[in-house]
Formats: sequence, structure tokens, C-alpha cells
Amino acid sequence: MTDLQTSATPEKSYSQNQLVRMRFFRHRGAIISMIVLGLVILLAFTSIGIGPLPGWWDKVPELQYPKIGDGAPTWEHPFGQDTGGKDYFALVMLGTQKSLIIAFGVGIISTLIGTLIGAVAGYFRGWLESLLMRTTDLLLVIPLLVLAAVLGKMASAWGIWGLTIMLGIVTWTGLARLVRGEMLSLRERDFVVAATAVGTSNGRIITKHILPNAIGTIIVSATLTISAAILLETSLSYLGYGVQAPDTSLGLLISTYETAFTTRPWLFWWPGLMILAIALTVNFIGDGLRDAFDPRQNRTKD
Amino acid sequence: MTTLDITGTDEPATPGDAVLSFTDLEVTFGTEFGDVHAVKGVSLEVHPGEVLAVVGESGSGKSVTSTTALGLLPDNARISGTVRVGDKVVGELDQAGLRKMRGNDIAMVFQEPMTALNPVLTIGDQLTEALQLHGIAYGKMAMARAAELLRMVGIPEPERRLKQYPHELSGGQRQRVVIAMAISCDPRVIIADEPTTALDVTVQAEILDLLRSLKDKLDTGILLITHNMGVVADMADRVAVMFKGDLVETGTAQQVLTNPQHEYTKRLLGAVPRLGEGVGQDDAGVAHSVEVEHADTSRPALQLDNLVIEYHRLGKPAFRAVDDVSFTVGQGEIVGLVGESGSGKSTIGKCALGLIPAVSGHVRILGEDFGALKKKQLKDLRRRIGVVFQDPAASINPRFPVGEAIGEPLVVHGVGDPASREKRVMELLDAVELPRSFYNRFPHELSGGQRQRVSIARALTLEPELMVADEPTSALDVSVQASVLETFLSLQRDFGFACLFVSHDLAVIDMLAHRVVVLQNGRIVEQGTRDRVLRAPQEPYTKRLLAAAPVPDPTTQAERREARHRLLAELGDEVVELHVDDDESAARKARQEPGAGTSDVMRGTDPHV
Repeated sequence: MTDLQTSATPEKSYSQNQLVRMRFFRHRGAIISMIVLGLVILLAFTSIGIGPLPGWWDKVPELQYPKIGDGAPTWEHPFGQDTGGKDYFALVMLGTQKSLIIAFGVGIISTLIGTLIGAVAGYFRGWLESLLMRTTDLLLVIPLLVLAAVLGKMASAWGIWGLTIMLGIVTWTGLARLVRGEMLSLRERDFVVAATAVGTSNGRIITKHILPNAIGTIIVSATLTISAAILLETSLSYLGYGVQAPDTSLGLLISTYETAFTTRPWLFWWPGLMILAIALTVNFIGDGLRDAFDPRQNRTKD
Repeated sequence: MTTLDITGTDEPATPGDAVLSFTDLEVTFGTEFGDVHAVKGVSLEVHPGEVLAVVGESGSGKSVTSTTALGLLPDNARISGTVRVGDKVVGELDQAGLRKMRGNDIAMVFQEPMTALNPVLTIGDQLTEALQLHGIAYGKMAMARAAELLRMVGIPEPERRLKQYPHELSGGQRQRVVIAMAISCDPRVIIADEPTTALDVTVQAEILDLLRSLKDKLDTGILLITHNMGVVADMADRVAVMFKGDLVETGTAQQVLTNPQHEYTKRLLGAVPRLGEGVGQDDAGVAHSVEVEHADTSRPALQLDNLVIEYHRLGKPAFRAVDDVSFTVGQGEIVGLVGESGSGKSTIGKCALGLIPAVSGHVRILGEDFGALKKKQLKDLRRRIGVVFQDPAASINPRFPVGEAIGEPLVVHGVGDPASREKRVMELLDAVELPRSFYNRFPHELSGGQRQRVSIARALTLEPELMVADEPTSALDVSVQASVLETFLSLQRDFGFACLFVSHDLAVIDMLAHRVVVLQNGRIVEQGTRDRVLRAPQEPYTKRLLAAAPVPDPTTQAERREARHRLLAELGDEVVELHVDDDESAARKARQEPGAGTSDVMRGTDPHV
């Protein structure tokens, strides 16, 4: 069957990145998800603006407006109003902003830590590997939610940034093990041995030869971490250990209005839908990336 | 394209009806880059008791052709034409019919016996599985039959082997088990897809002996797929040459191998390195290098003194891969390191690169002891050593464009500026005969031979004084191998580096090396000049190794086979053959006769079941 693959080499030549991009763009679910996620991000940041920049939505999340009826969605307040008359669209957009910042922040931090620890452990082996991987195992056996709750509470003084860093510090373990596994197989490959034989330094071998070849694993894992972070932040905020008022987030909104679920369900459904949309689309994108980086996992044509 | 059929008209056709026939077979694969036309109208027949060899380079469609006979092609394949196995048409069978056909009428012997056997099942389980599935024998009877099959293929103590797992057997024994599985249901035809490519030459010769006696005694047809012309000469009655999905030439082995008509066949045969012929290093070169060595014995390029290398294993005593090995590689000299798998030849190569530490003994490179160097000195020493590995697909970083890969040693050692580096890379591309436009291409866009040229260029970047080449051409097709070796030789003449050339292929070593070192189980068996070792070997192991290497000429190969069997008899070894009692052999032959519809009854009453 290897005969077949060589004969299948296309006339036109593509670089590896081009091949990945082509396969990714053929994954319909991932492309739709990209568009949906893009719209969600655009909506969250342009509607109420961020920091000093104003948005196109004429209401702000902090002010209370005169209540129209029982606060159900109207043209004036498309997502409805909360008990005190605040515009719920503005509130949900603010929550979405914060949740997205936390999710992407956690994704970046945990990917950096996980890659570094996995790479060092997998490349250098020996006592360093034992030390790093046993630490990883230790973190893995403590329930993530408990650990995140304790650390999140400690960092609550620094607002959502403190929470982001703390969540990043507890979620890198899975990636570290994946990267270590990749390292273990890549470091035995001939091109790494060839580089060593030329006298290439360890740092250069890791950054130029090994990590670029593990980039698929890393990126896919990073996307999945982002969707996991959204859910983790939601759970923590709902339990009261995450984002603290006056800051808000999607999880905190659900938690605040949970009693209203039966009487005014829109207070529950809008943030819930946002969480669902973000987590689902990020997962689909991760799926598409995985298929694009590793076509062997899904070879059938649709 | 029309096929050149050079079989003479008065040539009597092999008796009996074809057991396997392909008529106008076409196979197209739908891939993400469009359709790939893998097989373009191939017609072939295999008769009982005949070996048809299909030869061709990778990508010629030979494996695809044979896979259609088993109905095992992936879903994206479109097949037209007719494939018959016995009297069945493969395309008309449903899944149940196909399953019944596989094993009963047609069986397969795979290339890599380790992956063809399931590592978590015992040999006995795997052998009896086919017997039970096809309802030939069950329980204790199946076990007895399995033991019988193992005895037939020459595995000692079959009852004990049945309880063992594949990893407990040697490579040759595993391939015998695979052959035993293939013949377990009495197929009329066996497809052997590169059955000896993964094996050492001496084991290869044994497996070929076994296959030959199998078709003689059981009257089975064999479709042999191979790229090795020596194997063809040794085994085949008829030969079909495939090129890019077309059948370009068919004929008897004698005709095709000694008097090829098609251009491609000629080229293919011309590229096969032959032991004792087509010597690349003329004797003047050897004499010269010997002089050099004598002139400068104080600083040989590589000097190994009583080298011992051990691998440490968890919970077991250390494995001694290299035991008390001493030899030198003089400056400007190519030393061939020959041995079978497990002989420690690659380990020595790695040690010479400073990648594995020696337990005792010394490795001196260009006069400096590897063990006694500091980090900085080690890096400086590494500038002076180049390396080429076996698998060109694995030895170049897939994320580096070619130019960057070749220029990397310059960057690592901080030589020159970007402009001068680019100039140097361009010179090297010229030197290894690659177009300069390859500078920005990626490794996966290149063919195997081109990639190997890139890794040779990379090894030459810093103008090393010593080159370690670890089986640099064994992953390449013969015609590509020939041109890469030619380039390598001319580069060696131009650059004058010393070279430790590791190979299992004696013909390649014969073409390149000034001196030869023969290794067995980590020890040196014999060393000396190429002419001494390869023309007048002293040690039985070297003789056996030389005798086992097949040559691509049926007549010569038949003589060599006889000579090898005599040699084995002298050395007190047994010649491998299928052990079948005469009555069983006769019964099987009778079963294959047309009209003998009593085969099931015969199987049931087989006295050996």
C-alpha cells in the first residue's frame, strides 16, 4: 500500500502548511464553527465596546432602565431585563467578553506551560523527567475543580486576570503528557539524530526540529483546552469560586439568576446559549484541526 | 501500451488451467488530489506449480494488482476487468463468498512477518484459526494439524512452538509460520508480496528454498512480487515486468533476465549491483588509499580499539551489542561494514558518531579520543564528521525546506553569513546533481532518491574528513540506488573523505569499498581488502553470506544454489525444504486435478489430520 501513496503524489506541489490548510477548509463543521465563533466574538466586543472604546449598542450593563412589563425580551431589550431593570443584552455581552478572555488566556498559558514541561521532560529524560512527570501526576490526581476553586479564590483579588493565570496553572497537565509522548518518539527520529551528530545544541533541536513537528498535537490540544476552560470558568463562577462581582461572566450570570429559571427563563437561556455556542464551536474547530493535521485518523471522503 | 511478450511461440505452455488470472485489470483510486490510475490494463496468468514473478519499482502497481485477487482493496478503488481465482470470478463474489475464497483458494505471504502475525495470540491459535474458520479441523485435530504444518515448513519442536508467541521466534521462523498459515487450507495459489525483503540474505535463501520446494511438492501456483532481481532469478519460471501500472514485458525468467527487450527492463537490470562485476573502485584507487594509510597511520580517520558497547535493559543483564571490535578507517578510504541484522554494524556506526558511549575500548576520530573530549571540543570534532542515514524520509526534518536542511550545519557552527551560506548550498545542490530550484522545496515533494541526495549534500556541507553512511541506499529502488551510489563515489573522489559504509548488501559493498569488515553477533569475523574478503573468503560465515546472495541470472543462480547447498552440506547444515510425505504430496496433486470434486472428503480422511 505504500506503493500507492508515492504514486498519489500530486503534480502540483504544496508545503505541509498548505496541505493542512486545504484539509481544514474542507471540514464543513469546522468552517461553520469558525464563522459562528467569529460572529460571537465580534458581537461581544463591538456591541458594548471594550474599555474606553464605545460600542454600537446604546445601553450599558451597569445602568438600570425602566422595566417594560415583567422584563421579557422586547425590541427595546432583545434579551430582556433583569429584576432591577438592567439591559440583559448588555450584561450577557459583558459576560461573554470576560468568559472569552478567560478561556483564551487559559488556553495560551496552559499551552505554554504544558509544552515547556512536556518538551523538557521528553527530551532530556533522566531525573528531570521523573521530577516533572511525577509533579504532573500529582496535579492530575487532585480533582481539577477543587484545585481550581482553592486557587481561584486566592487570586480573586486580582479580578479575572488572576483567575485566568490560576486556571492556566492547573490545566496544563494533559498537554504536558501529550507533548512528552511526541518528544519521546520524535527524538529517536533520524533527522534529530542527524542534527545531534552535526553538533546542534539541545535548545535548537527542541525549538527548530522537534516542536515544529509536534505542532499539530499542540494546536489541537490548545483548542480543546479553550473549550474546557470556558466550562471550568462557568462551573467555578456558578459555585461562587470564580469571577466575583462587580466583574461578571457567563457562569456568574447563570448563578445570579438561577432562581429565576422557572419565572423568567430568558435570564437563564441567553448566557446558557452563549456558553453552548462557544464550547461547541471551539470543539468543532479542534476536530477539524485534528483531521487536518493527521489525515490518517479520518481518511474517508465525504 | 502494448506488452512485449517475448515468450517463444513454440514454448510449451505450463500444463493445467490457470489458478489465478487477471484479464484487462484496471484499478483507479479516488484521492484528495484527484484520480490515480494505478493499474492500466494488466493481463496475467499463474498456472499450478509455477512461479510468476511480478517485478517493478515502488509505485508500479504490482502490489495493487495482487491485492485485487484477494478482494482487499480499499473502498476508494474502482476496479474493471476480470480477476479469476480458480473458477471463481472475484468481482462477482459477495462478502461471504470472498471470505470462503480467501485461505481456501488463495493465500497470502506478507513482507514483514512480525506485523503479519498477531503479537497477542500464540502461534497455535493463529494457525488453527484458519483451519477452524474454513471447517477443516477443530480442537485437538486442528492443533495436531497445526503442528504438522510447522513440521512441514521445517520448524523444530512444533508442539512447543505452538504455545509460543511471535516475539519468541526469529525473523526467519516467523516467516515460516506465515507460510505455514498460507498453506494450511491447501490454497491453489499463494501470493507472496516481497516475502524476503525484510529478512537477512542467509534467511532469505532458506525461505526461497522453502517456497521452491512448496510449489514442487504441493503443485501450488505462486505469484511472487519482488523488486529483487536475484530473487526473481532464483525462483521464477516466468517474469512480468510492471512500470507505472503497465505491464511492459513478460517472458520466461531466462528470457527476461538474460535477454530483455523492453527499454525499462534493460535499465532495471543494468542498475542491479552485481557481486564481482561492475566494480566502481578500480584497483588503482585501492592501492592509492592503502598508500595513504601507510603514509599516515598515526592519524587514521577512524580508529576503533577493542570497542565494547552494551545496551542496558531493565531487569535483565546488559546486552553486549559490540564485543571487542578493532579496525581502522584510513584517510580517504571507504571501509564497508557488512553483517546481518543484529550484528552490531549500525551500533558501531552510531558510536563512531559519538551518539552511544563505549563501555570499554577507545574510539579515536582523526586522532582524538571521543571519550575524553569536553563539550566544546566535541562540537568542533563533529564539524569534521558527516552522516547519511538509511531512510531518506525520516532523516530530513519534514518542516525544513531543502535549502535550509542542507545549510543547517553552517548555521549550527556559525559559519558564514546568509548570502555565503546560500551560495554554499547551491554548490552542494550542484554537487549532488539536484536542480538549484529545489532550494525552496519541501522534503515530502521529493522522491526517495532525491531526498537521499539531499541528505548526502547535508553531510557534505562542512566538508567532513570522515563520513558515516548507515545503509544509505537500502530503502531505494535499484535504479535509483545505482545513480545515488554513483554520485556518492564521484563525490568521495572529489572531496576525498574517509567513509565508514554500513550495509547488508554485499554487492553494494563490492562496488564501493576499499576494505571490508564482516561482523557477526557483535564480533569481527573477517576483515581485509575487498578482493581478499569477497573473492577469497576464509571464514565459513563469510562464505555462507556470499553464497546466499542471489544474482540476477537464472543459470548462474542455479549453479550458485547448488554450490550453496554443497557448502551447507560441508558445514554440516541442513538444506531447508518442505517436509511432505510422498503419499500426501500425491494426494494433494490429485486434489488439484480438474474434476476431483472430492476434496472435502479427502481433507476429512487425510491420515495426518
